[in-house]
Amino acid sequence: MRPVRTAFAGALLGTLVLAGCGQTGTTASPSATAPTSTSAATGGFPVTIEAGNGQVTIAKKPERIVSLSATHTETLFAIGAGPQVIAVDAASNHPPEAPKTDLSGFKPNVEAIVAQKPDLVIVSDDLDQVVKELGKVNVPVLHQPSATKLDEAYEEIAELGAATGNKAKADEVVAGMKAAMDKLAAEAPKAGKLTYYHELDQTPYAATSQTFIGQIYAMFGLTNVADKAPEAAGGYPKLSAEFVAQADPDLIFLADVKCCRQSKETLAERPGWKNLSAIKNDRVVQLDDDIASRWGPRVVELAETIGAAVAKAGAS
Amino acid sequence: MVTQAGPARARPLWVAGALGVLAVSMIAGLLDGAADISPWQVVLQVVDWLPVTRVDSGLAPVEQMLLFELRLPRVLVAAVVGGLLAMAGAGYQGVFRNPLADPYLLGAAAGAGLATTAAIVLLPSVAGSIPVAAFVGAVGGVFLAYTLGNTAGRAGGTATLVLAGVAVTSFLTAIQTFIQQFNVEELQRIYSWILGDVGGGWDQLWLVLPYAVVSTVVLLLHGRMLDVLSVGDEEATSLGVRAGRVRFTVLLAASLATAAAVAVSGLIGFVGIVIPHVVRRLAGGSYRIVLPLSLIGGAAFLVLADLVARTVLAPAELPIGVVTMFVGAPFFVGVLRMTRRTVT
Repeated sequence: MRPVRTAFAGALLGTLVLAGCGQTGTTASPSATAPTSTSAATGGFPVTIEAGNGQVTIAKKPERIVSLSATHTETLFAIGAGPQVIAVDAASNHPPEAPKTDLSGFKPNVEAIVAQKPDLVIVSDDLDQVVKELGKVNVPVLHQPSATKLDEAYEEIAELGAATGNKAKADEVVAGMKAAMDKLAAEAPKAGKLTYYHELDQTPYAATSQTFIGQIYAMFGLTNVADKAPEAAGGYPKLSAEFVAQADPDLIFLADVKCCRQSKETLAERPGWKNLSAIKNDRVVQLDDDIASRWGPRVVELAETIGAAVAKAGAS
Repeated sequence: MVTQAGPARARPLWVAGALGVLAVSMIAGLLDGAADISPWQVVLQVVDWLPVTRVDSGLAPVEQMLLFELRLPRVLVAAVVGGLLAMAGAGYQGVFRNPLADPYLLGAAAGAGLATTAAIVLLPSVAGSIPVAAFVGAVGGVFLAYTLGNTAGRAGGTATLVLAGVAVTSFLTAIQTFIQQFNVEELQRIYSWILGDVGGGWDQLWLVLPYAVVSTVVLLLHGRMLDVLSVGDEEATSLGVRAGRVRFTVLLAASLATAAAVAVSGLIGFVGIVIPHVVRRLAGGSYRIVLPLSLIGGAAFLVLADLVARTVLAPAELPIGVVTMFVGAPFFVGVLRMTRRTVT
């Protein structure tokens, strides 16, 4: 009796939810419009962008942009699209002038987003089917997922430029980033003997060289101790504390400074870690958690921090 | 529930056997790990630690330190936590006469989860706030459930108490989820705490030990009382046992054990429900044997589970809760099948 009743209630609930979604839905989805050449006249619009959610066509220069991604908020302001941005999500804490709201990128509420009357919504994660739901109410959405390579990060910045009518400035930003990164890579000491450990939290979760951030470390010829973890453990393995102690990395980069107040001192208090050479030689680098977890224009700042630490370690 | 005790003379044998298994587990736990140190060197190093002997193990100071500061306390914490959870589970099952009772039945897990989440969100910089919060939360959750259960229903009734536990669990979990919702960036920390970890070093061991000793002594002394209770409250009363008082004392001790375990290791599942049942299947249903064997068996089980957790993907680790559930469930089913005919 009970399972049947439960199943029925489930079905009923499902129908209600579907009906609720259906009411707002209309036939024309923004991506269904005929693709137009990006190099058309009138400021380049309409443009078609190849995003994570397929081809998205934007008819005219957006003036009411909502960003639900801290990375993309940074990019929008860096490429001069700031004045067009009307709302950003609660996690978008940079730059300070971004119009922060309590919109959530993790648990997006479609009604609250639509209430901002956006003409373009930018997300980095398609959670709770937000892309599809916004499509039903004819709001164009760009889904630009986390970059796994530096080139993807550049590409996303250029695409945001094209989508917002700031192509020239965006290309300039990308060119500047590339030049800065090339310069840092060229200046990096090529000894190639230094090992490092990049910590995400004190569990400790680490990042391997397969990740976006791991590739930035690789620019400086550093060897990641977390790469010994088997592939099954993924790009962000939970490492064994005794393994880190034995590996004794030359450099330790902490990306759990803001969240968890980790420092050289707190590392030394962990069982078995106080004799680590990175702690004794003062080579524990406190990164900015935000910069170290985003793939926007401030990647250059991250690379500069790493480069400076490597140069210091290489010099002594 | 089975009340029949095994033959009295078999008990020391069972206990000796279980202690043997525990010793083997702990030695295995000490010999292997993510750091690349040969078992022989570990043996030499352990001999070197002994007060009178001095041997050169050939280990670098950093390696000696990781053995002493990380691996050794980890094995000990796993043993204490596993023993406490299994023994507390047996105690709860005795009090509620319910085979599905586990240490988290009365809201200990939800209370600890809420308090820990709050500590992670509100006091990120206070070192050592998590174990204290988890302990207070676990005790608070049980207290809430107990008070509610006793005021809402017939005093001393077990059914209302269980229902109160369910209500308190849902309510506290809702608040925890609400806090999490607005601090999504802390999700990973909360999640990894929930899945359990016994790698906290000596500090964690000293933290848990006093509670462990007190609750163990109290619970072990109540084995006979629980045997009497298992025939029913009225019969127990006619035998001169004050059911309400026994129940309260056992609940208090088991909850203290649970809270202490949760404080240092998070919410490790399955140990508290499975080990007592395995023990019951193998050695009979008297609480005089179930409680001590659960203590020893739970300790051995968690030491082995932790060994698997830190070696199977080395140098990466699995959360220990994943191992206890993944390995424990088939093991449990196996024991149920094997003993199908002997005990019902």
